[in-house]
Amino acid sequence: MEILLAIIIGVLYAAGIYMILRRSLVKLIIGIILLGNGANLLIFLLGRITEGAPPIIPEDSKVFLEAYADPVPQALILTAIVISFGLQSFAIILVKRAHKVVKTDDLDEMNATDEDS
Amino acid sequence: MLTAILLGFLFAIFLVFAGKFFRGKLAVLSALIPGGLFAYFASFIPQISSGEIISKTYQWVPAFGVDLSFKLDGLSLLFSLMITGIGFLVFAYTASYLRGHKYLDRFYGYLSLFMAAMLGLVLSDNLISLFVFWELTSISSFFLIGFNNTNPASRKSALTALGITGFGGFFLLAGALLLGSITGTYSISEMLSMKEAIAGSEYYILAVIFIFVAAFTKSAQFPFHFWLPGAMKAPTPVSTYLHSATMVKAGIYLLMRFTPVLGDSEFWNTTLIIVGGITMVYSAIHALFRTDLKGVLAYSTISALGILVFLIGLGTKSAFLAAAVFIIVHALYKATLFLVTGIIDHQTGTRDVTKLSGLRKIMMPVAIAGILAAISSAGIPPSVGFLGKELTYEASTHAETFTIIIVIAIVLTKILLLWAGFVAGIKPFVGKLPEAHKDVKAPDFLMWAPAIILAVLGIVFGIFPMLIESALVKPVVSSLGADASEYHLALWHGFNTVLLLSAITIAVGVLLYFFLKPSAKLETRIGKFEFISPKSIMEKGTHYFSVFSAFWTNVFQNGYLRNYVTTIVLFLVVLVGYVMFGNPRVMIDHTQLSKVTAYELAVVIILIAGVFYTVFTKSRLAAVAAMGVVGLAICLIFVFYSAPDLAMTQFSIDTLTVILFVLVLYRLPKYLTLSDYKMRIRDGILSLALGTVICLLALQVLAEPTNTEVGDFYAKNAYILAHGKNVVNVILVDFRGTDTLMEIAVLSISAIGVFGLLKLRLKSTDRSQ
Repeated sequence: MEILLAIIIGVLYAAGIYMILRRSLVKLIIGIILLGNGANLLIFLLGRITEGAPPIIPEDSKVFLEAYADPVPQALILTAIVISFGLQSFAIILVKRAHKVVKTDDLDEMNATDEDS
Repeated sequence: MLTAILLGFLFAIFLVFAGKFFRGKLAVLSALIPGGLFAYFASFIPQISSGEIISKTYQWVPAFGVDLSFKLDGLSLLFSLMITGIGFLVFAYTASYLRGHKYLDRFYGYLSLFMAAMLGLVLSDNLISLFVFWELTSISSFFLIGFNNTNPASRKSALTALGITGFGGFFLLAGALLLGSITGTYSISEMLSMKEAIAGSEYYILAVIFIFVAAFTKSAQFPFHFWLPGAMKAPTPVSTYLHSATMVKAGIYLLMRFTPVLGDSEFWNTTLIIVGGITMVYSAIHALFRTDLKGVLAYSTISALGILVFLIGLGTKSAFLAAAVFIIVHALYKATLFLVTGIIDHQTGTRDVTKLSGLRKIMMPVAIAGILAAISSAGIPPSVGFLGKELTYEASTHAETFTIIIVIAIVLTKILLLWAGFVAGIKPFVGKLPEAHKDVKAPDFLMWAPAIILAVLGIVFGIFPMLIESALVKPVVSSLGADASEYHLALWHGFNTVLLLSAITIAVGVLLYFFLKPSAKLETRIGKFEFISPKSIMEKGTHYFSVFSAFWTNVFQNGYLRNYVTTIVLFLVVLVGYVMFGNPRVMIDHTQLSKVTAYELAVVIILIAGVFYTVFTKSRLAAVAAMGVVGLAICLIFVFYSAPDLAMTQFSIDTLTVILFVLVLYRLPKYLTLSDYKMRIRDGILSLALGTVICLLALQVLAEPTNTEVGDFYAKNAYILAHGKNVVNVILVDFRGTDTLMEIAVLSISAIGVFGLLKLRLKSTDRSQ
């Protein structure tokens, strides 16, 4: 499964960068989301994956008795998911707003400041 | 001693707050600071002349051997006295010269800052603190030279001076570090005892070159000399202070300080003789072509510095003696001439020597000072200048090699310097007073008194050389590592070659003064060769550098996001790819891997299909939906591999994002085909390359052992310390609670942003702008 996950991560990175390289703003945001997912999975994989042993201490015990998944990568990814949501929602609304003002979805038409145009 | 050095810094800080009291009549009081310091240092003369060395050490960064250690020996004492003594006169002179200036207090602040930095420089016994003070003099002189900051030429020359001396500063630091690593200490006194080890080191030449570049840039030696004439844009008190006794002598000081450590080798001596020789002749000739009084003085200063470097290079006892005397001579007459020039400029409004004559009728005291200084500069007896010149000639005639060339060069330089001194000190005062200057007023007492004090000292020291002999000159020579006890300074040494050379110099120089008048025509003629001067070469260099920078910036900062991304990704792929292919080591231990079940395989296939659909679909709605599928598939992977919290978060966030996207999307135009086939292929290859690199990287990391120490700590203490059983939750809200608080803050800011953007209603006028 690790190999499959590594391939998935590669695919997500490739797709993310490809979408970021497009000129459409919508595609740019999709690209960022895909890239973010790829990064999350990468952290998850490199923290070593464990099947069926969530890092939750059993009811009747104070410490782990059996093997458990490393909680640190999970805490990191959880933070990353939430933060990237903040970024994405802001970016999506910004695109909407920008489109309303400059009437284009094309990045290349947005690279001039007000003074130049 | 620390207080003495810090006094200038403290006064500068004090002026920031109390500046307005020093703008008016009280300004002259600030001269008490250098005056007091002068008295303080003068009180050490008896001790130093009896051969004592006073040192004080204050620890600063003991771990790196960086201390504030100060050493007062003959060399330091001479420089300290010049810095504070001439400082005292310049401070007083400024009170009148810049009377009523809006920023007079600021000027005093810069001056005292500079004075303190110079004192620190000449007293430091630690190379690193010496470097710090060295840089402080560069910085404070930048402010002084650029004091008339409304004038573009002034700003430019301040920048040139800072650039050149700062450049030298780098070399000083490099030299200090190199010497520190050779000897294992930064203390100059300790290096003295390791002369053999340094000379034998393979880095000896390099260390000497570094010290040379530092000294040559500071002391305006060829080819770094051009910042000095430019620095004449500064108010005259600055020129007086910086160029007669302090700033430019710092390089000379450095060379003298290191003579006992690095000196006495063929490389050291030959280089100094050649560079000093070229500088003294080159700039003495240049002085002939100037009509601006300060221009004449600037070039003659460079020439005098060249003579000093040359004398240090000769490296004999008599050369050191000559150098020590010449430093005093030069400080006295050059400061006087600068002060006189400043008075002329201040009263008449011009420094063009062709328009000045007969001013003695208006300002007799100034004329006396000017003429006395010119005599000392020319080396006519009984001035101290004569002593200096005799000693210089004596040292030159005893040079070991190329004696003839050396003697010719030095005599030629002295003749030209005589001319320069006469032009600056005598020419403005003799002859007829032109109509234009009939109404010129006489200067203040505060202005002419400093000039005349210095000029008279120049003669007094000449008649009574014993005044400076054992007090100043001999201690300097012994600091340089030579013993000069058998020498005696005297005006009369009997008839010999040296006297003959002196007579030739004076005769030819005076003749030259009568036949060659400074004229604007000569100045334009030399201007034609400007394009091959080091100055214009450097200016062209900086010009091309800025053109190149602009080109470079335009290539990489072109305003297209995808070009930035391409550059970054390409760099990453090439770099990481190179490392991985240079070291192929992807070994996968199949026994360690977890099994793939049928439902996992199904999720993987859905995920990959989702990604492809997102990328290649023509419909935006479909792309967003497919992206949602990808997110949910990842959610399932989290479920399979023991991360229920992640799965829940991913599920809700993914759903929210898709909903938000769809809400916004229907207002946007349809996808346009904005890129052609070729671009897509290119981007595709780049993306695939990155994907492959990341994939291989992940596999390679998996082959490495992992460290779960941190995770184990949290798992062990989650319940015991924080009373929670879900370890991930405990980490987020307890162990790393502050981080989570910050995260909440970030989310709130983002929410405020979203809200603001949604509610923002631009007026039509705003939108059209």
